[in-house]
This record gives sequence, C-alpha cells and structure tokens, in this order.
Amino acid sequence: MMHALTQHLTVLRTVLQRMFASPLAGLLNILVIGIALSLPAGMYTLLQNVQGLVAQLSGTPQVSLFLAMDAKADDIERLRKQLAQHPAIERAEFVTRAQALEQLKQSTGLADVIGGMNQNPLPDAFVVYPKQSDALALDGLRDELAKLPKVEQAQLDSAWAYKLEALLKFGRMAVLILASLLSLALIAVTFNTIRLQILTQRDEIEVAKLIGATNGFIRRPFLYFGALQGLLGGIAAWLIVTASLLLLNRQLGTLAQLYASQFTLHPLSVGDSLSLLLFSVYLGWLGAWLSVARHLSQIEPS
Amino acid sequence: MISFNQVCKRYPGGYEALKNVSFDIAAGEMVFLTGHSGAGKSTLLKLIAAIERPNSGSVLVNNQNVGVLKGGALPYLRRNLGIIFQDHKLLFDRSVFDNVLLPLQICGFDHRESGKRVRAALDKVGLIKREKANPIALSGGEQQRLCIARAIVNRPAILLADEPTGNLDAAYAQEIMAIFKSFHQVGVTLLISTHDEIVLQDSGVRVLALKHGELQ
Repeated sequence: MMHALTQHLTVLRTVLQRMFASPLAGLLNILVIGIALSLPAGMYTLLQNVQGLVAQLSGTPQVSLFLAMDAKADDIERLRKQLAQHPAIERAEFVTRAQALEQLKQSTGLADVIGGMNQNPLPDAFVVYPKQSDALALDGLRDELAKLPKVEQAQLDSAWAYKLEALLKFGRMAVLILASLLSLALIAVTFNTIRLQILTQRDEIEVAKLIGATNGFIRRPFLYFGALQGLLGGIAAWLIVTASLLLLNRQLGTLAQLYASQFTLHPLSVGDSLSLLLFSVYLGWLGAWLSVARHLSQIEPS
Repeated sequence: MISFNQVCKRYPGGYEALKNVSFDIAAGEMVFLTGHSGAGKSTLLKLIAAIERPNSGSVLVNNQNVGVLKGGALPYLRRNLGIIFQDHKLLFDRSVFDNVLLPLQICGFDHRESGKRVRAALDKVGLIKREKANPIALSGGEQQRLCIARAIVNRPAILLADEPTGNLDAAYAQEIMAIFKSFHQVGVTLLISTHDEIVLQDSGVRVLALKHGELQ
C-alpha cells in the first residue's frame, strides 16, 4: 500500500517537473481551460441566482377570485362551502372589500387618492391556495373557479413566475449546450498537449518499452498530467467566476439600493464548486487518455 | 534457456534476414554470435526480446514461445532480459543514476532498495563516481558501461549484448569482456554479438557464426 503510494507520488513529481519545464505553455493551457469552463459555470451561477430570486418572490401559487359587486352574504357563504369542499384546494381566505382597501392604502401610499373617493371600488375576494403547483393543473383550476356563480374574475397570481421558469429552462438548455461544446474544446486542448508530449518523449517511451514497461506504466504520467492540467484549469475557472461575481456584486449593490432591495449574487456553492473541479479533472483525464490511446501504440521499438 | 527451431525472418520488402536457424543455449552458458554486418546478428537478438517476430519456426526463451506472446505479456518477458543495445539507447534528459534507476522504477522496486541496487550496478561497471553526470558527458566506453549497468541492475537471468565492443579500442573492449565474464561466473546466460577478432580469440567460449542469415 505504502509502496504503491510512493510510486504514484514519484509519477506525480515527474509530472510536476514536466509542467514546470515549460511554464508559459502550461499557464496558457490552464488559462484557455479556465476561460472555457468559466463561461458555462458563470452563466449557470447567474441562472441559479435568478431562480433563487423567483422562488423568493413567488412563494406558493395562489388564485384570486374577485366576486361580482352584487354578491350577497349568502352567495359568499355558499362559495366558501364550495371552496372548502373542493378536492384541489388546500384552503381559501376571504378578504372583504374593506380589508382590501385598507391593505391598498397601507402598501402603496395612495391613501390620499383613495380617501378622496366616495365609494370603495374594490370587490370582495377569495384568495385560494391550491394543493398542487404545476402550471397545467393551476390553469385548469383557475378556469373552473372562474365559472362559479357570482365570480367575476379568477386570476392566477404566479403566472408570471411560470413564464420566467420557462425562460429559465431555456437558459439552462443554452448553458448545457455551451458547456458541452466547451468541454469538447477542453478535451481537444488536452489531447493536443499530450500528443506533443508523447512526441518529445518518444525516446523515453521506446526505451521504457524495451526494458519491460507495461502500457499502464507508460500511460500513467500522461494521464496524471491531463488530470492535473484539468484541475488547475478548473481552479482558474472557479477564480474567474468568483472574481467576476465580486465585481458584479459591487455594481449591483448600488442598483439594489436604488430599488430598496437586498439582492446580491451568491457565489458558486461548495457542491457546485467541487462538481466544477471534478468535471474539469475528468475532462483533462479523458483528453489525455484519448491522446495516449491514439499515439502510444504508434511508438514501437525497432 | 534460449532455443531457436528452424527460425526464418523476412522483413517487409522481401529481405530474408534469417534462414532456417536452429540452436540451443543452455542456462548459464556464454555464447558469442559472429558474422559480417548484415548477417542477421541484430535480428536474431531482436527475436529473443520479441522486438521482431519470426515468420516461421519457434523462438523459446525459458520454454516460452516468445514469437506468439501477446502484447500484454511482453513487458514481463523483457524484465527477465538485460539488453545492451548497439546504439546504447540512453536517456540524455536525466543523470547516470536515473538512467540505471529506470528498469527498477518500471518493475516497481522499493525506493531505498533500488538506490542500493543502482549503486551496486554502477560500482560493478566502474561508474560509481559519475552517478550525477549526464550521460552525454560520458565517453563512448563509459556510455557502453552505463548501458551494461542498466541491463544488469534488474539482475536478469539472460543478458543480450549487440556489438558491445563495436566502437571501442582494445583496452576498453577487454575491460568490458571482463565484466561479462564475471556475470558468466555467477550463472547469468549471455549471448554477445560481435565481430571483434580479439574478443573471439578467447578460447573456451562457444561461437555461433552467421553468414547471410544462415548458421555456419
């Protein structure tokens, strides 16, 4: 066990020596990988933030039922019973027109305007909390409730949230496509780096094969190199994303203040950061593996 | 230990390097392989290390038919062989010490143990004081001895040498032959290809002579 560990450490040392042997080329590779990964990672982080904002704003979906102005107390009572027995409804709150007016006065600062009116323009209303929250079921429920007697209008309050959700889905797909394409680019970068390395180490590979090296032994340093380069590229991507968010947050701070909001962009979560690093290590390893599989068999001692 | 049975080797293009070659070398034997250049000496050695494969006939090393070995088994065959190459095949990106260390790294030797073995091998060929040097700084004879050190560090049962005294003057050649003899004394099987007359005058050593790919 210790023995295998020392062997791997020896390989790792060789790999580091190779990397430091041409620091500029190595740095450029890492930068390319970092930028390629930071684009989808950054977009993903922004989407996550928008999604968090949506969830915070919309909460649970609700349907507002505005009653006709001529609804009587027994109409309201009948409706209340109907709503209470409805299988798709969690609960329903009754808001009188007087309460609604009071709320409007407090929340909008339009007290003067409203005070100047001779009569309350608002209808009585029920706020209905459905059990389900998927968009189709909610649409059906709203249409059904709109047909109840004495209901003037039924309004799905979180409809806009669903539209935004659809837009987010679109954005996530775009990130996925971008990530796939740039992953291919990353594999190509590693493939080429390893190809050049194999070419410059032709002699060593040939001698190693002649004195009994297994393919695994010859492959190992190249795979390590690919994985290590991937890891460093991943770290570069993480730094780029984190630094960009810091810069954006500074600007956002002023903007949010103007809107009297506390909104800030959250950085990549620990889980997402680890995923990013693991993914870039894997891609580097994969690129190296493909390159080694393609080029190593071409070097046979003669 | 090494046994050729009606071995033919033809290279692409039709050149016949070996024709119907048969011989046996017993364990612990020391044998010279001679012949003009192009007689097939190098090809014969390459067949033993499975660097080339015979077109017909069988090459047995340790009772194993190496002509039909799968790629995955080749490394383990070669670990039992010490090969001294005509062109040395030294690595100039590392020290003398690290050149000799390579076979042990490949076999996965323990770090401390391999350090001792490398020094023992370098001591044997008289290069112990040059362990930190780059092989490019060594003379032709020293490079040859370094190549020998690398071949024996793994303590192989069979040692193959392709023209080990080829470019060396008589004194160096004697020195290297003396090293080979000391291996012979400890039971290593040796097959040495050479066209060096001085070396061949050495009595008591069996000689296999090749001429145009045929054993005389």
